[in-house]
Amino acid sequence: MTRRSSLATALLFVVTLVLGGLAGAATGLALENSVARPAIPQASGQCVAPKEVMRRSHMTMLKHTRDVTVREGDRQTAEGLTACVTCHAVKDATGTVVSVSSPQHFCRACHDYAAVKIDCFECHASRPLSEKAVDNEHGVGATDVAALKAYAEETTR
Amino acid sequence: MSGCGDACKGGCAGPVGGETIDAERRSFLGAVGAVAVTTLAPGVTLTAFGGGEARAAGADPAKRWGLLVDISKCEDGCTGCVDACKTENGWQGGAENQQESQWIRKVSLRDPKSGVTKSAPVMCQHCAHPPCVDVCPTGASFKRADGIVLVDKHRCIGCRYCMMACPYKARSFVHHELEDQKPWAPRGVGTVESCTLCVHRVDRGEAPACVTACASKGGAIVFGDLSDPKSEIAQTIATYATKQIRGDLGVDPGVRYRNL
Repeated sequence: MTRRSSLATALLFVVTLVLGGLAGAATGLALENSVARPAIPQASGQCVAPKEVMRRSHMTMLKHTRDVTVREGDRQTAEGLTACVTCHAVKDATGTVVSVSSPQHFCRACHDYAAVKIDCFECHASRPLSEKAVDNEHGVGATDVAALKAYAEETTR
Repeated sequence: MSGCGDACKGGCAGPVGGETIDAERRSFLGAVGAVAVTTLAPGVTLTAFGGGEARAAGADPAKRWGLLVDISKCEDGCTGCVDACKTENGWQGGAENQQESQWIRKVSLRDPKSGVTKSAPVMCQHCAHPPCVDVCPTGASFKRADGIVLVDKHRCIGCRYCMMACPYKARSFVHHELEDQKPWAPRGVGTVESCTLCVHRVDRGEAPACVTACASKGGAIVFGDLSDPKSEIAQTIATYATKQIRGDLGVDPGVRYRNL
């Protein structure tokens, strides 16, 4: 094989790689655009970490918090699900804060898109306590709200 | 539960500091991937950060929380402690066919010979050697460093072995899907639950809800640290005769009864 032909082969190889890559990227973009991007509801306060970190690592942070809180009794942790659902509460057309049963719920917006099941809300409330006072037959007193506030402050300290 | 938790086993102390680097790395890899369409292993950016750092806060192993119930002050028919527990932890209603949870109940005691009746509240006895913890196959039942026995519902699979093992019938199983639980007392379908000694209140330095409610009624329940000889509960136990229910079982309950 001559030097020229081997050079041509190498060139062809490189061109194929680049073209294939571009074609692949185009297909990927097309696929990505074919599914509607989630509409992420705006939060009402300041998050414990930047958006990029939260999107990638919120589950790890929550998992870490839950273990030290439940098993070791450490309630000084900065991150907590109660603070999350309070700050990320979403109101529907009637002004009621939605629970996770609604697709409008903050967590569901992305989780539905990514098709990842959330187990948290089988046990944890998916909306802040003070907002459900209206439709709760047992009612929630002012002491409960004050206790929640103290608890939220305690957990976010 | 997703598998990504495994990457973080052994502690994720300082997640924010570690994951700042992670985010940068991710965006860099994302840029590279868009041009070369390189398939990267999905776990590449998930790495464990550092070791577990020692934490000062949390349950104090020097303490052992307990209750002392004076039966002579506990009125028959009064359900102040039970109602307070229901309100505090939100376990009332929502179930049929006797499937309702029961964290605390009033038990009537009657001496068949004399006919004397007494009433006593019975809840999780927070044993020093809890049988529920012994039998739990997943490690969900556990005893905290300060003696409070809890169910870690993140690990509970709902097998109910602990309910069988408990000599006090203190635990309940949640049969129904729930919504809007109390933020400080998460509880959900398919898990076992019981009295937590109001662990969320104890951690902020308050007494359990039943004790606070009883103080305004009969003042029959005293809460305190059994390991502290200066505490009211320890001094009362040292002065007067008190009993543990089924003390013969050797589980050493943290709940004691006076005048039983």
